Amino acid sequence: MSLRLRLDKPWQKLTAETAQRLPGQLGVYQVADAKGTVLFIGQAGARSPFGLRSELQREHKERGDGCQFRVEVNQQYRTRWFELLMVHKADHGALPPDNAKNPPPLGRLSPS
Amino acid sequence: MDFEPSEEQQMLIEQVRRFVREEIIPLEAKLDPDASELDPADHARLVEKTKAMGLFGIDIPKEYGGPDIDIVTRVLLAIEMAQHRAGLYVPCYGTFGGAGLAQIFEANDDQKERYLYPTLRGEKKAFFGLTEPSGGSDPARAIQTRAERKDNGWVLNGAKIFISNADRAQYGIVFARTDSSKGRAGITCFIIDSDTPGFHVRRVVHTLRSSHYATELEFKDCWVSDHQVLGEVNKGFAVANDRLTRQRIPYAAGCIGVAIAAHEMAIEWAKMRTTFGEKLSHRQAVQWMLVDNEIDIRTARHFTLEAAEKARRGLPFRIEASIAKLTASEGGGRVVDRAMQIHGGMGMTKDLPLERWYREMRIRRVGEGPSEVQRMVIAREILGSNLR
Repeated sequence: MSLRLRLDKPWQKLTAETAQRLPGQLGVYQVADAKGTVLFIGQAGARSPFGLRSELQREHKERGDGCQFRVEVNQQYRTRWFELLMVHKADHGALPPDNAKNPPPLGRLSPS
Repeated sequence: MDFEPSEEQQMLIEQVRRFVREEIIPLEAKLDPDASELDPADHARLVEKTKAMGLFGIDIPKEYGGPDIDIVTRVLLAIEMAQHRAGLYVPCYGTFGGAGLAQIFEANDDQKERYLYPTLRGEKKAFFGLTEPSGGSDPARAIQTRAERKDNGWVLNGAKIFISNADRAQYGIVFARTDSSKGRAGITCFIIDSDTPGFHVRRVVHTLRSSHYATELEFKDCWVSDHQVLGEVNKGFAVANDRLTRQRIPYAAGCIGVAIAAHEMAIEWAKMRTTFGEKLSHRQAVQWMLVDNEIDIRTARHFTLEAAEKARRGLPFRIEASIAKLTASEGGGRVVDRAMQIHGGMGMTKDLPLERWYREMRIRRVGEGPSEVQRMVIAREILGSNLR
């Protein structure tokens, strides 16, 4: 049995309040514009002081209101992050624009 | 057998130990605790250093440009190279270079030009495709991927799982059944370019080793020519088996290196930490844990060097390799577990490398042949092939 490949939870508005309510756990997240176009796929690793909360607070501070986000609490945040990036690339032919600026070394995935 | 390092070996050990402590560990302090790659600029800088040390490509045979270091010395150095956070699976982040897959040295001249030499130059990476969803411990029976004759070549259909690096490699060595009536004598080894039509990396397989993933592969009407057969048709199992046996020695060395690092941390902590008015090191319960660590490490080191010494002399070393793998992976796991216990709450955190070693060391009891298979190999040796 395989886990779900894509992150397909409902989007939430990225605001100071929604970010503040997030858990301080490790995991991965996506930030999208108002139309739902994914702009960035990120990870909250063990060096984030308050995990997902810290990362999404930083995202909000940099991007302001008007974006959306969704998170997944995941101890395997690094391999899940690589997976989400590869799946996005396979689905859309390119990385999300803000990941493409500084792309990590990635492999090729052709999900069925 | 005397396993005390010679003067020359001791010098090399000191050199690598300094490299780990002065070059690798400071960089690691800035990385994510689960990272398995250095910044490319740091990696390139450190490769220049290992080249200057004369130790780059340490596992490459002399005739292919390697530094001509015998297997016993390589084991001693592998123990040192593993003594950092990522060291179990990515010793020194690959800055000592790699030899690629051992089987590719058995390739014919044309295959060496296309695969071996580019690999040694660092231009190509490879994956090893053996394990299937139907099993990995008994590949002779579990391999269901089929290769059938077609148009002066072979068509592969099937799946592989737990394959590392297949998504980033340019080629892989893949085992498929070419004669279903012959068991282990019906398996052939193929070299598959990863851009071959019909070859797919279908998904990431997440494991305890969260720094690095494995993948699942699918072969769907994947045609390759006869030039892609490695060795002889129906003789692929010997290629796989030889690799599995040889790989057990460095695999054990990595476990020992991590166990030593965890043990040293536990000793330092026990001497420093006070509870109920006394140092932990004064308490018999802690002393005995440290003693058991010492015994596990010395046992594994002895058996691993014994296996390496037999391999160096050209003697059969299958049983010794199994004993080495077994004692190092099981003993190493116990050492890390005790080191965590001695550290208490701090031992569970990602602030220290212990939790990563704990997760990764657990995999070592399964990878490269689980403990039970090693015991089977040893039992067969003791009792004879029909287990008298």
